[in-house]
Amino acid sequence: MTCRCLITLALLLCTATAGAIDTDKGFDDPELQARYTKLIAEVRCVTCQNQSIKDSNAFIAADLRREIRRLIADGKTDAEIADFLVTRYGDFVLYRPRFSGKTMLLWLIPFLLIVVAGTALVRVVRHRMNLPIDDDLIDDGRMR
Amino acid sequence: MIRFLLPLLLFVVLIGFMWRGLYSDPSELPSQYIGKPAPEFRLPTLKDPARMLSADDLVGQISLVNVWGTWCVGCRAEHDFLMQLKRSGEIPIFAINWRDNRQDALRWLQQLGDPYVASGFDEDGRVGIDWGVYGAPETFLIDPGGNVIYRHPGALTASIWQQEFVPRIEGIAE
Repeated sequence: MTCRCLITLALLLCTATAGAIDTDKGFDDPELQARYTKLIAEVRCVTCQNQSIKDSNAFIAADLRREIRRLIADGKTDAEIADFLVTRYGDFVLYRPRFSGKTMLLWLIPFLLIVVAGTALVRVVRHRMNLPIDDDLIDDGRMR
Repeated sequence: MIRFLLPLLLFVVLIGFMWRGLYSDPSELPSQYIGKPAPEFRLPTLKDPARMLSADDLVGQISLVNVWGTWCVGCRAEHDFLMQLKRSGEIPIFAINWRDNRQDALRWLQQLGDPYVASGFDEDGRVGIDWGVYGAPETFLIDPGGNVIYRHPGALTASIWQQEFVPRIEGIAE
């Protein structure tokens, strides 16, 4: 039984590498490799728009991975790489769009909604607290 | 009064957005270069690797830059129209041969005709990325100052030409 479990586990581990999309050689420096992996997970594949370039095997995704690898190797910062992508493909290419005039609404609406809903809630609760206690409830004895 | 009007107003705004969403194509990315100078590039031409095609060649006339590849079905579909456009002499067509193989590309031009003034050979696709290309074919309209006026993603047809390109070309000419 244990043997069977081990074999299953070993096979499952194999599938993880078999499905790898990014077949290019990684960085030797684990720190750079970690940055690279994080970056490509946050860049949208522009032809297959609901995948990141990490998950896509479209050739444009492969090209963008190669460019990002090159930019990292050239010593560019994450912000500079994001700039590179946004200049060419627009804010849409980043899964976490940067805060700018165009994306301001996108970022602020959730907070705006919280403030609006919060104010509404406070007002409703305050209003209800000032209401007289319901006479019916007192009459049928439940409130006593 | 306001407690009834406000939700109604919000509802109408929401419907407005949703209505618009029905008719917009979320897969179409706007080019980032509209109204801006065409991205710098320098590529060896398909026919003569010693000759270079660059952004400077686009200056001085209204022109098209067509991104194509022999692997691209849409490019085959628009090829006849490009040939027709070339014969009409309306506009010079430059090209970026994107992520292709030189032999295949040359054979394609020989068999189907060459509508291009020159094709830059972008073997590894780097110029394509600089131009913000996200699929082939794509066609850019360039003004005499070398600025991008319009980008059409997908195959060109006579009707798209009439609707999208001709009015803009007339706009530049004025």
